[in-house]
Parts: sequence; structure tokens; C-alpha cells
Amino acid sequence: MTPPATSLVLAAIAAWLAIGVLGLFALRKLRIVSRVLFPAGAAVGVGLAIAAYVAISAAPQATTLPIGLPELPFHVRVDALSAFFLVLLGAAGAAISWFSSGYFRSSEGTPPGLICFQYHVFLAAMAMVLVADDAYAFMVAWEAMALASYFLVTTEHRIPEIRRAGFLYLLIAHIGAIAILLCFGVLQGGSGDYTFGAMRGATLSPAWASIAFFLALTGFGAKAGLLPLHVWLPEAHPAAPSPVSALMSGVMLKTAIYGLLRVAFDLVHVQLWWWGAIALSLGLASALFGVIFAAAQTDMKRLLAYSSIENIGIIVAGIGLTILFKAYDKPMLAAIALTAVLYHALNHAFFKSLLFLATGSVLHATGERNFGKLGGLIHRMPWVAWLALVGTLAIAGLPPLNGFVSEWLLLQAFLFTPTLPQSFVNMLVPIAAAALVLAAALGAYVMVKFYGVVFLGRPREANLAYAHDAGKYERAALCALAAGCVLLGIFPGAVIAALDPVNVLLIGHSAGATAGNWLMIAPFGEDRSSYSAVIVLVVIVAVVLVTIQVVHRYYHGRVRHADAWDCGYPLQTSRMQDTAEGFGQPVRQVFEPFFRLERHLPSPFDAKPFYFVKPGDPWWHWVYVPIARGAELVARFVGLIQQGRISVYLTYSFVTLLALLFFVR
Amino acid sequence: MSAQAFLSQFVQVAVALALAPLLVGWVNQCRAWLSNRTAPPLTLPYRTIRKLFMKDAVVASNASPLFRLTPYVVFAAMCCAAAIVPSLATDLPFGVAADAIALVGLFALARVFIALAAMDIGTAFGTLGARREMFVGFLAEPALLMVLFTASLISGSTSLPSIVDTLAHRELAIYPSLAFAGVAFTMVSLAENARIPVDNPATHLELTMIHEAMVLEYSARHLALIEWASALKLFNYSCIGLALFVPFGIAQGSDDWAAIAIAVPVLVAKLAAGGFALALIETASAKMRIFRAPEFLGTAFLLAVLSMLVRLLLGS
Repeated sequence: MTPPATSLVLAAIAAWLAIGVLGLFALRKLRIVSRVLFPAGAAVGVGLAIAAYVAISAAPQATTLPIGLPELPFHVRVDALSAFFLVLLGAAGAAISWFSSGYFRSSEGTPPGLICFQYHVFLAAMAMVLVADDAYAFMVAWEAMALASYFLVTTEHRIPEIRRAGFLYLLIAHIGAIAILLCFGVLQGGSGDYTFGAMRGATLSPAWASIAFFLALTGFGAKAGLLPLHVWLPEAHPAAPSPVSALMSGVMLKTAIYGLLRVAFDLVHVQLWWWGAIALSLGLASALFGVIFAAAQTDMKRLLAYSSIENIGIIVAGIGLTILFKAYDKPMLAAIALTAVLYHALNHAFFKSLLFLATGSVLHATGERNFGKLGGLIHRMPWVAWLALVGTLAIAGLPPLNGFVSEWLLLQAFLFTPTLPQSFVNMLVPIAAAALVLAAALGAYVMVKFYGVVFLGRPREANLAYAHDAGKYERAALCALAAGCVLLGIFPGAVIAALDPVNVLLIGHSAGATAGNWLMIAPFGEDRSSYSAVIVLVVIVAVVLVTIQVVHRYYHGRVRHADAWDCGYPLQTSRMQDTAEGFGQPVRQVFEPFFRLERHLPSPFDAKPFYFVKPGDPWWHWVYVPIARGAELVARFVGLIQQGRISVYLTYSFVTLLALLFFVR
Repeated sequence: MSAQAFLSQFVQVAVALALAPLLVGWVNQCRAWLSNRTAPPLTLPYRTIRKLFMKDAVVASNASPLFRLTPYVVFAAMCCAAAIVPSLATDLPFGVAADAIALVGLFALARVFIALAAMDIGTAFGTLGARREMFVGFLAEPALLMVLFTASLISGSTSLPSIVDTLAHRELAIYPSLAFAGVAFTMVSLAENARIPVDNPATHLELTMIHEAMVLEYSARHLALIEWASALKLFNYSCIGLALFVPFGIAQGSDDWAAIAIAVPVLVAKLAAGGFALALIETASAKMRIFRAPEFLGTAFLLAVLSMLVRLLLGS
């Protein structure tokens, strides 16, 4: 008999916490931390992923922990939805931990033992978020996750910008947490019982249910990076060490997706169509905004952060579509859309972690995050470069890798939308499909820029000649993630079948029954659409091999090496390649109204001409600066009553006392 | 899936490989006639490819293996695409492995690889070409997808054989959605195949190049494969256009050899007409500045969205 899934998950959480505490005992012993503790954490992650994989198809299991406040114990429950996200956490977490074994060095910032503690508390808190079954446990875990990640972001806390980024992150995390807290307050429906079980039983009026949903969308959207609460993401990701960026982007953003799914489909009973329409629009706006800004970035981690905004936008758009279909009682389509959402979440965990970790290796080898000082690393760092190529092709949504499958599924859901009762929604669906494909195509542009500027071309700085490839731990982790991207890409049928219990749980309808077999996926039947990644891959590889053989057999394989031709221009320097600014320039020009550009163009008479452009995030000026101005204005009025004289304050006390006596009596 | 189906699949790819350079030669010949020049022989592209295969490849010394792998990948992606597009017969075995969306994905795969290879040497023109190609691509790809979506909505399927079957058996009439889609598709094909008004296949002025700038560093067999792949791409786009808008004369089953035998000359005739139309458009229009391209392609994209809306809202 196998032990119940809840005990296995709790054991994994306890193991991660124990590893973290051990890290505190080896505060400055880098060797122990990196060679023993992080690998142990990776092993726990693998175990968790396996246990959770088994639990996806099992019946939900619940238990109560004797910890927490008196009369308010922690409730824990593992159902298909939790288990799916636990698989994601375990698998991606294991690879990132393994990478961390080779990554962290002694530095001026946080000592390695403390990083180890924060890192494993972060992992354990995320796992706890996924299994919490009452609002109290959920919020404790959610806050622990936010705090642990805050400390990880500020690892290099001696740098002022990093402290500032950390503060911004913490601030927005708490705005989100307040919204989530209020959401749970609405969901308990006045019963005073904050367990999720009671919330499932409560019946809410449509108005209150809508309030709960939009509080959840705000709260979880703040964590996921939806517009307009995304501003922390491009600040915090570059500030954090790369494994932490990978963990935050690959896994933590998905806990927000988990929360949104949990509230929207499990805790709330009825879904209204206009929630879906709003989530769809907001998601696509985030996706387009994220990808347009990603194209203009000059810092590779900032580019990836904006690309995360894009991907989360696509996921939320998928959730909106699912709600739309569920509200109109089209369970089959809802199940397909939800499958696409979950699949994309899983894919994003893999390729975004892979790319963030690759930037970590580049950062270690070169000390440079700025595109303008990189280039040609495929020669110096072949392992990292070729593995990053897999991630690049996957995130660009190209067949036969995994990014393509989830986009394909989502497009299928869009395309086979039948006529819906509201004509407004009927118009929204094709426009949304158009926006989605535009975002996907721009995604390819962004990734070509990312890969081409960093890894291809000639080195833009002389010291890049001394860059070294990643160590063996880092390589192994990158290999694992790249293999994940390939496997998720070529066996979509198996993945869809594995995550089907989640559809049954949330939608009450299975997508897997007709979804096809290991060879082929055909969600609506073979005559309507089908896709087989295995066949595409095999054919492409076969044609490549046959062509190479034929060309070399019937002609010759002679090659001469020479300098680059470049139309015969003799004076070629590496500075004549496109910089990141240059490569992003067309997109910047086409979408100029979206940007707030700080630009300096040299005049013909400048003795030392220079060009400078900085694409600013307009949301600062649309949302945050007005709020800050308003707060300052209020503070100025409040400041008027502050006179700094004791007699004035005594008068205030006296007046207050009088008022109280009058009212309270 | 019978052995005959696989055989006809091979026949279709072989016909595509054989006819693709001929189509390029034909378009060039028409262009020459239309501009009152002496036309090059129809078989010139074949001779060029053969000549290039014979030569020694010169590769820049700082090229990575990606640079040498790319021509093969691009060629393979285009062969795959040729197997998906129903040019001779519907109901081909490969048709179920990849649908219209996957077809666009394959084109994107080829584009991304060739753009990466162009950036690999690190020359000014290479990166310029890569940037412009991705720039044109991110506008053209969504437009192409929307055109295919319109056709999918009409037939209730994203699989190209079913689309062609449905379109070929409809009442002969002018459908507004398809008219919009047809215009959008024509514009996209011009951009995607590096044709005037977006790019000029015969240009020798580096600053105006897009596709040619990317392949400047390639020579000999690599260049031959890329040229052949470009020809295949033109062939594939033409066949998509013919399959969507003139879906007649394509064999229904994959083992009906008589129908396939008829389909070959029909296809050649349709391609000849299409190639002449392409040459006519190219001769009649002037190349645009690169920053006019977004307007051109944006129009195509909006037309394609419009065609989908017309289909969804009016059902026509």
C-alpha cells in the first residue's frame, strides 16, 4: 500500500525546511551548501514531482495538521489541480536546485548558508500554497513565499538599485495579498468558516461572486505580473540571482495561476461570461504589451522578465476563454482551453527556467547582463548556447517543441468556438485570436534577438574571449530542462492525458477521451484538426540527414575557411553588428505610442557624439506617478496639522476627548 | 493508410522539388518579357543550383555549426511544408500529422533558423537582413494565420485536405470572406517570398536587401540548398493560394492515380497563370521603403481579420 499523497507532500515540505535549517548551521561553508544541501533539495524535488504525478489521477485526499493557532489548525488537501502544480514545482525546482549547486559563489551579499535557508523556505512555502485547504494556511504560506523571495531578490543587498527593486516587489506583493485576503473574506459568505471546504459549500449571489473573482484577479494578477501590476517583474528579475529569477518566473508566477484557477473554478460555483471577456482582454493586453516591451530591452534578464509578462498574459487569456466557454455551457471547449492553459504553464516553467539559468551561466562567465557587451558566445560556451537554442525555439512557439503545442491547443479552442449568444463576444473571439497570433509572432522576433545578440555573431568586447562554459552541475540542469522542453513537445498526447483529471475536477468534462494517442493529438477528432509532433520531428530529422548524405555523396564535402565576405567591405568590426537597441528598433518604431522614450540624438556639431535611448514603461506614468502624487498631496494636508508645538497637540487631545465623550456617552 | 498513399505522398513532394525551380524560372521569364528585356532560359534556376552544388563551399572562419546546419534545416522544413500542402491530391498521409497552424509553424521554423544563421557571422549586412526578415515576418505570419483561419472556419477544420475538400465542393460563387482573405493572402505571399514591393529578389543594392542580405555569406552547396528552399517556399505559397482560392482539379483520393495524373498538368497550368500574375504585380509596382512595409502588412493583417469577422458574423 502506498502512503497517501498528502503525507508524501508534507514530508517533502518538511525535508525542504530541514535542508534550509541545516544551511543556517553551515552559514559560510560554501562547499557543504553547494555539494550536499542543494543536491539534496533537488532530490526532494524529484521525489515530490513523482509523488504528485501519481496523485493527479488519484482521489482528493485531505488531512488536518495540528499546527497553527488554537482552534484554527492548518487544513491540507491534495487534489488533481494541486498535484498538477506540485509536479511543475517539483520538476522545475529540482532542475533549478541542481543548477544552484554549481552556481552560488561566496560574494559580498548574503552568505551561502542563508541563501540556502531562504531558497528552501521559498520552495516549501510554494508547495504549502499549493496544498493549503483553508484561507489561514494559504495566507501564511503565501506571505512566507513573498518574504522568502524578497530576501532572495535582495541577495546582493549592498547595491541600492537591488534594494529598491526588492522594495517594489514587496510592496506590490502586499497589495496583491490584501486583495486575496479580501477575496477569501467575500468567499466565506458570512459563515465565519475560512476552510476551502466551507467556501465550496457557500452559495454566493452573482454580485458577491463577481467581487470575489475580481479581487482574486487583482491579487493573483499582482503576483503573476498582469497589467497594470506588472512593474515589479522587470525590476525584480534582473536584481535576483539567476536561479532565483528562474524559480520566480518559472514556478512562483504559476502559484498565482493556481490561485486564480482555484478561486475561479473550485471555490466559486457559477462563472459569468463577462468575467471571461475581461480576463481574456486583460490577458491579451498583457501579452502584447509584454512582448512589445521585451523587443525593446537591452538587458537580457529584463527581456526575459517582459517575456514572462507575455506568457502569463497568454495563460490568463486562456483562463478567460475557459470561463467564457464554461459560462456558456460548452464543457468540451472549456476543457480544451483549460488544457492549453495548464500545458502552457508547464511549458513556461521549463523553457523560461532554462533561459534564465542560461543567462546565469552567461553572467558568471562574462559578468555582463547588457546585450551590448555580449556576442559570439556559441564558440566559447557551446553547451549553454546549444541548450539555450532549444529553449529559444521552444519559447518562440516553433514545431516540434513544446511552446507550439500549447499555442496550437489554444488556437484550436479559439477556432472551434461556435456561435455564442452575445454578439459582442462573437466579435471578441476572432479579434482575440488575431491578438494572440500577433503576440506569438512577436515572441519569435524577441527570441531571435535574445539568442542572436548573446550567442551568435562576433564578441562585442575583447574580454569575452576568456568566457568559460558552464560547470557540470549547471550543464546537467540545463540538459534536464532542455530534455523536458523536447519531451513535452513531442509527446503531447501523453501530457494531455496526464493532466486530464484537472479538467474533470474543474470543468466536469474530460478533454483526453478524444484527444488522441501518444502519436497524434486531435482534440476535436481527426477530420477537424490533428497534429503529430513525433512525425514532424522524424521527417525533419530524416530529410536533414538524407540531404546531407546525398549532397556529400554525389558532390563533395569540401569546405574552405576564409574571412567573412560581407560584400567585400574590408573594415569590419564587431561594433558594426546590430546591438540590442538596433535589433529592437523596428518594433520600437512601429509601436512608438506605447513607449515613453528617453532619447538623445547627436547633432552634427557634437565633438563627442553619442546615441542613447531608453524605453520607459508608460504604466509608471499612467498609474503609479498619479498615485504617488495623490499620496504626496494628502500628506501635505496632513502635514498642516503637524505644528510641532506641545500646546497644539494637547489641544488636539482635548478636542478628541470631547468628541469621544459626546459620541460614546 | 496504404502503401499507395505513401507513394502518392512521395510523388507530390518529388513534383514540388522538381517544379519549384521551374516556377522561379517562369516568373523571371515573365518579368523579363513584361519589362522588354531578353528573357533568361527557363531552366536557368536548375543550372544555377547544379553549378552551386559543384563548387567548393567557402565558410567564414568564425562561423558556428549552426551556420552550416541551417541550410539543411530550412530545406527540410520546406520539404515538410510541401508534403502538407495539398497540391496534387488531398487525403495524403502527412496531412494528418500537421495542419494549417503547423504549416505556418514550419515556415516560422525556417525563418527563425535562417535569421539566426544570418546573425552568426556577425556582419553588418547579416544582422540587418535578420532584423528586417523578422520584422516582416512578425507582421506577415499572423496575417497568413488569419487567412488560414478564415478558410478553417468555412470548412470547420484546420486540416488542409479537409479545407480543400470543402472549398472545392461548394457552390461556385463569390464569397466576401474569401475575397478579403484572397487579397490579404496575396499581400502576405509577396512579403514572405521577398518580392516587390517589400523586397526585391534581383537587387544588388545591399541597403535595400532583406532576404539576400541574410544569405550573403552562403556559398556553393549551402547556397544551392537555400535557393532551392526559397523556390520551394514560393511553390508552397502558390499552392496554398491555389488550394484555397482555386481548389479545382486536385485529386480527391490518394490512390486514384488517374486523377493524380490529370492533377499534374492542371497544377502546372494554374502555376503558370499564378506566376504570370505575380510577375505582373511585381512589374507594375515599385519597391517600398522598409518602414512602409508595416503599413502594407498591417493592411493585409486587418483584411484577414476582417475576412474572419465577415465569416463569423455574416456567415458568408
